[in-house]
Amino acid sequence: MGRPIIEVSGLTLGYGEVVVLKDLNFTVESGEVFVILGGSGCGKSTLLKHMIGLYPPMAGSVFIEGRDMVNAQGSKRRAILRSFGVTYQSGALFGSLTLLENVCLPLEEFTRLPREAREAVARMKLKMVGLAGSEDKLPSELSGGMQKRAAIARAMALDPAILFLDEPQAGLDPVTSAGLDELILTLSSSLGITFVIVSHELASIYAVAHRVIMLDPQAKGIIAEGAPSDLRDHSENPKVRQFFNREAQSPS
Amino acid sequence: MPLSNQSPPGQHAALASKPSSDGLTLTLSGRLNAEGVAAVWNSAVNQATTPGRSLTVEASGVSYCDVAGLALLVELRRQAEAARADFHLTGLGERYRTLYEQFVPEDLMPPPSQVKKPSLPEEVGRKAYVLLDDIYTLIAFVGEFALAVVRAAANPGRVRWADAFHVAETAGANALPIIVLIGFLMGLIMAFQSAIPLKQFGAEIFVANLLALSLLRELGPLVTAIILAGRSGSAFAAEIGTMTVNEEINALVTMGLDPVRFLVVTRVLAAMAMTPMLTIFFSLAGLIGGALVMLSLGYPLVSFVNQVKMSITLGDLMGGLVKSMAFSLLVCAIGCQRGLRTRGGASSVGEATTSAVVSGIILIAVSDGVFAVIFYVMGW
Repeated sequence: MGRPIIEVSGLTLGYGEVVVLKDLNFTVESGEVFVILGGSGCGKSTLLKHMIGLYPPMAGSVFIEGRDMVNAQGSKRRAILRSFGVTYQSGALFGSLTLLENVCLPLEEFTRLPREAREAVARMKLKMVGLAGSEDKLPSELSGGMQKRAAIARAMALDPAILFLDEPQAGLDPVTSAGLDELILTLSSSLGITFVIVSHELASIYAVAHRVIMLDPQAKGIIAEGAPSDLRDHSENPKVRQFFNREAQSPS
Repeated sequence: MPLSNQSPPGQHAALASKPSSDGLTLTLSGRLNAEGVAAVWNSAVNQATTPGRSLTVEASGVSYCDVAGLALLVELRRQAEAARADFHLTGLGERYRTLYEQFVPEDLMPPPSQVKKPSLPEEVGRKAYVLLDDIYTLIAFVGEFALAVVRAAANPGRVRWADAFHVAETAGANALPIIVLIGFLMGLIMAFQSAIPLKQFGAEIFVANLLALSLLRELGPLVTAIILAGRSGSAFAAEIGTMTVNEEINALVTMGLDPVRFLVVTRVLAAMAMTPMLTIFFSLAGLIGGALVMLSLGYPLVSFVNQVKMSITLGDLMGGLVKSMAFSLLVCAIGCQRGLRTRGGASSVGEATTSAVVSGIILIAVSDGVFAVIFYVMGW
């Protein structure tokens, strides 16, 4: 830990003319579990989608492992894209493929592993996320929590150094959600994967996050940064304390 | 913890093997990531199938090992155990060792397949069941739809006319350019093709008869309906199918709104209102195309028009329009039904759309035949 793996500087982003977040600066260090949080509609997912290069930012830059994500084109861009995995809010598994085929797909496209090796790797990934025995199921036959875990298995198919998870716990029951937290911690400690997680589930933020940044729609930027328990107990910003203590918005 | 995927030069995975006192020793070294494993997998696994009495994997030279590397180690163990040899793994870094120990060789075995390939009678039975089930749901849909139409007729205020007008615009008015283009070209081509043989008999003027009768009675309704099936039947199936996948249909049902009344009746009524008009435009454009050919052959426009007027009756026109209305009912209703029947994800929406167009065209052809028989028997 300690080596910056993602560096975001001066990032301004929005849709059309509307600025959602402006002038963001932060770094994510190698091996840490980094959580982006904030209330609904503050631009968390939008920030994530800019970090992974889905949308071009209005200004600023994103460096992933020292490589410029914003201006990269062609093969350079593909090389950066291969260094991380992403899961989306709804899982985004390919509905026409079984779980095993979903996980095998990136291995098939990007490695020269023989077929048995690909399947062996995919089976192990699915076991790691607790889905052993469901390899031949189609995504539509799985519950929401299983789909999210399968999506994580697919995102890790190429053993990326960074995993971006968009609201992994949303809509999961507490037990499944805790299982997912455990999975994140295991992967982080054993494989040293860096996690960037968008979330607003307090319980799991306390469980997994090494460091968080909190976004705010009024400030259009980061209003707090640090370890979650520190922010809860010591933040001077009432909005931050409100969030961490689950208080309702006071009428103003 | 350097975990970059790029392997530094000179650190590629390597495999060495030597026979030991009671078996085989495989020495792995370098970076065991997907790239490295791909290079050594086949030869390592081949050697592990015949290890003798014991297989020892020496991994102290492994500088990095991800899940692909672990898969190789577990696979070697599985092969050794399958050959009834002892398996020893030595020298693997502590961090990787903990991960390695989470897996057992059985993890790599495909579970015994429960689905047997069905026998021929079973296959036939299954297909027959699917077919019967399809017919059953279709009959149920016809009933539901008829009921919804009766309710709509009894209570016209409850029909969502705004939706219907929107559909009338997208499925009807917006289809005008393609209808006119195809009608014009078909009229032109038919007139030209038939004028050549008729000329040998000096009977070119009968091109007008041929064109007017075939367009008004047959081709106008038929081609318009086929275009409707491709353009709107498919769109209805895809839209309603996606709504089904997104649980929007469930939302309607739990709100106490009948999806057939809400979605299907508006679409079908709008299409039934618009398609006869499109058919008129199609036939008109076809006649204009034919007139163009006749003009170029030296016949004055007035004789063409007179010939057309003489050869057709109002009955021909009305018969064609009734047919076109019936076709549009079938095409749009089957499109909506295929959409509502969608189960699963993106691929099933594709299937629903395909099925909507195919069934639509089949229904058009079959009902056209039925109409031909009816018209013949009735002497129209």
